[in-house]
Amino acid sequence: MGFLSQVINGLGLGSIYALVALGYSMVYGIVQLINFAHGDIIMVGAYATYVLLVMVGAPLWAAVVGSILFCTLAGIFIERVAYHRLINMNAPRISLLITAIGVSIFLQNLSQLIFKSDGRSVPNMFNFGTVQAGSLQITSAAVINIVTSVVMMAGLQILVGKTKMGKAMRATSEDAEAAKLMGINTNSAIAFTFGVGSALAAVGAVLYCNTYPMITPYMGGLLGLKAFVAAVLGGIGNIPGAMLGGYVMGVAESLTKGYISSSFTDAVVFGILIVVLLVKPDGLLGKNVSEKV
Amino acid sequence: MPLLEAKHLGIAFGGLRALEDVNFKLEENQIMGLIGPNGAGKTTVFNLLTGVYTPTEGTVELEGKSIVGRKTYDITRNGIARTFQNIRLFKDISVLDNVRIAMNSGMKYSLVSGLLRLPSYWREEREVTDRAMELLDVFGLKNLSGSQARNLPYGQQRKLEIARALACSPKVLLLDEPAAGMNPTETQELMETIKLIRDRFSIAILLIEHDMNFVMGICEHLIVLDYGRIIAEGSADEIRGNPKVITAYLGGE
Amino acid sequence: MKKKRTVFYLLILALVLLLYLVFAQLIDAKVINRYYSGIITMVCINIILAVSLNLATGFLGQLVLGHAGFMSVGAYAAALFTIHSGLPKMVSFPLALVLGGLVAAVFGVLIGVPALRLKGDYLAIITLGFGEIIRVVITNMDFTGGARGLRGIKHLTDFTWVYFVAVLTVAAVFAFIRSRHGRAVISIREDEIAAEASGINTTYYKLLAFIISAFFAGVAGALYAHHIGVLIPSKFDFNYSTEILVMVVLGGMGSITGSIIAAVVLTILPEFLRNFSDYRMVVYSVILICVMLFKPSGLLGQHEFSLVGIWDAVRGKGKRNRADGPAVGGQKGA
Repeated sequence: MGFLSQVINGLGLGSIYALVALGYSMVYGIVQLINFAHGDIIMVGAYATYVLLVMVGAPLWAAVVGSILFCTLAGIFIERVAYHRLINMNAPRISLLITAIGVSIFLQNLSQLIFKSDGRSVPNMFNFGTVQAGSLQITSAAVINIVTSVVMMAGLQILVGKTKMGKAMRATSEDAEAAKLMGINTNSAIAFTFGVGSALAAVGAVLYCNTYPMITPYMGGLLGLKAFVAAVLGGIGNIPGAMLGGYVMGVAESLTKGYISSSFTDAVVFGILIVVLLVKPDGLLGKNVSEKV
Repeated sequence: MPLLEAKHLGIAFGGLRALEDVNFKLEENQIMGLIGPNGAGKTTVFNLLTGVYTPTEGTVELEGKSIVGRKTYDITRNGIARTFQNIRLFKDISVLDNVRIAMNSGMKYSLVSGLLRLPSYWREEREVTDRAMELLDVFGLKNLSGSQARNLPYGQQRKLEIARALACSPKVLLLDEPAAGMNPTETQELMETIKLIRDRFSIAILLIEHDMNFVMGICEHLIVLDYGRIIAEGSADEIRGNPKVITAYLGGE
Repeated sequence: MKKKRTVFYLLILALVLLLYLVFAQLIDAKVINRYYSGIITMVCINIILAVSLNLATGFLGQLVLGHAGFMSVGAYAAALFTIHSGLPKMVSFPLALVLGGLVAAVFGVLIGVPALRLKGDYLAIITLGFGEIIRVVITNMDFTGGARGLRGIKHLTDFTWVYFVAVLTVAAVFAFIRSRHGRAVISIREDEIAAEASGINTTYYKLLAFIISAFFAGVAGALYAHHIGVLIPSKFDFNYSTEILVMVVLGGMGSITGSIIAAVVLTILPEFLRNFSDYRMVVYSVILICVMLFKPSGLLGQHEFSLVGIWDAVRGKGKRNRADGPAVGGQKGA
């Protein structure tokens, strides 16, 4: 496969990372929490899709919509139950982190209890074959992924930039106390953020199922980590940054697979994370917010 | 030679010039006040003096030697200690330990001595505990030495923070709004205490304060900051009637 | 004062020895069979792990997610040493334990220097990352036996060793916390900026706590290797790190006795609930969440179980007003 094909397929893969990275970034932006459990929402989305598509036999559109709905509710539910109280009482960061880890482990193991650890395969959903354009060979999955992610990104920009709730989210991200004083319902803004982030992750999950047919209870782990690295790479808390980071990660992975070896991909992921955190922790587009003394 | 000197000190955060051309001299045993309206940059001066920020222009000299670029703990060990505007105590440990921690750099027993509980451990711990209790006594906190810092009433917390700063054996003490939130009696008491520690420990004190009675009552020299620049300096009487200062605080007519 | 202290220390020593003798006799007389003595050994190993993690996570306040990584490094180093050294086991085993600790400590430096520059969340992720990297590397190397594991490790760990190393670890961490170095570490947890302003070299102390924590994890790994006899890299995964974290969180971040109690409970309980082992991680995760929601300080918070406290209570005295001497005051200190 030519270089350009690799890149474009990488962008396709990166689209999934981007969608998930958006969730990490948005949540971090609004409550300064790395939502460890976010990666596992993808898994929830994937299994929801599987259940609806395979076990219930619903039509494709219903499965997709249902999965997104389920994830959105799950995200909000998790926020309400696990994080809400700690956020509101200004608990130390370590408490929130530990809770997030707890949720992540819970989701993974609950899923394993229900579905057992062998993978489930999801039937192919949107396959239009491989697109050939001259020497380029692009999978239909890549095309769909890229288009979807761009559309979602545009939608998100409109949501955050032009709607009332979007304004509330931005205000709460800037200064929660001031936002409250201005009459903004920060709790709603936070819940909404989790919901939107989870919905995007669900879309990512659907695209993932389309790209890779096998799902397992632990798939959220590595996928979430890659998306997290993408978010950090782009500058955590920064929405365009998350997209950028996602695409970069996808292309990096694709090129590594193509030119080095696929067993190295995980090492590359961690490597990028460590390098970014040590060299430029604010990421490519992020801004440095240091503690006021 | 002044004990502490700022020469053309300035800092810009991105495009924002927070401080510009700040000059002052703090002499030994002097109590100097740094006043000005909110947002003038007073705490920023403290942050520059203690190495929390690095100046983008100018220098800070302690006993003639520049301390620019040195780390905060290094500057503290060399003689500048501070308190914070929003009280930064070690909340979940005892009052006594808050003070003992600040004495750490003066202690010498090694890790191994500590683990094996060699004689140097017992000796130095006892010395430090005694010194810490003495210091707490100066602030009337001796009886509360075992209490958690979190449980202290606000006024006592402020005093504890000062005690902790003193425990660093500084030559210069920077107090950031030490009287904030205190009632007149407490304020008066604090004024006495500050004069006492200046005399007893032979230190120079630079303090930020908004309570004018406090400032005028205790400071021998004043610098007035507004929008990052020094607009006036002099004795309390000179500053009191200075029209520029009045305008800065009250806004122009 | 000095006499009281000596008496007190002797008392503790006596209790420790008594406990040892009781268990040792029971094991010798086969009243406690192999299965149960194995559990006791794991209890001691987990105590070492929990107490050492507590140093970094509870006392220093940095969330470390890769503790099992340090354990594995120590385990492999020690095992390879006893396998290849050719020294008699009375010599090679204690050396192996120390070696395991030192190798883990070296990794503590390698990981700590870059990681401790970062703030809480990022530090947690990076320690997680390094833990995983260690595991992947070990799995892919030949001399460690790769994914199939390292076999043929002599069973040199017995109750005596594991008990006294655990006692030593607890004593060391206790002594550390109640020294000026320990206080410096705690001050960083409380308020890093204020600690710096109080003359504490935070970088140094963060690294110190991290390294000591890694050291003891390595020692625990060495003991573990010579207990089980086989080392499989997949055992030292994020799950294991999490189990230790649960012990620390449940027991109380900042309480050594809490870690000990939690380690005992969380080692013994899963054994008796073997039928429910599928549910173990689910239960652990729920424990983590519940503790954080309802009692973030853990069961014992920052308190220590103190013989002094019991002695006073028995004699009818009220709580002592201040730390009598070099205890970390505000807690009932020993």
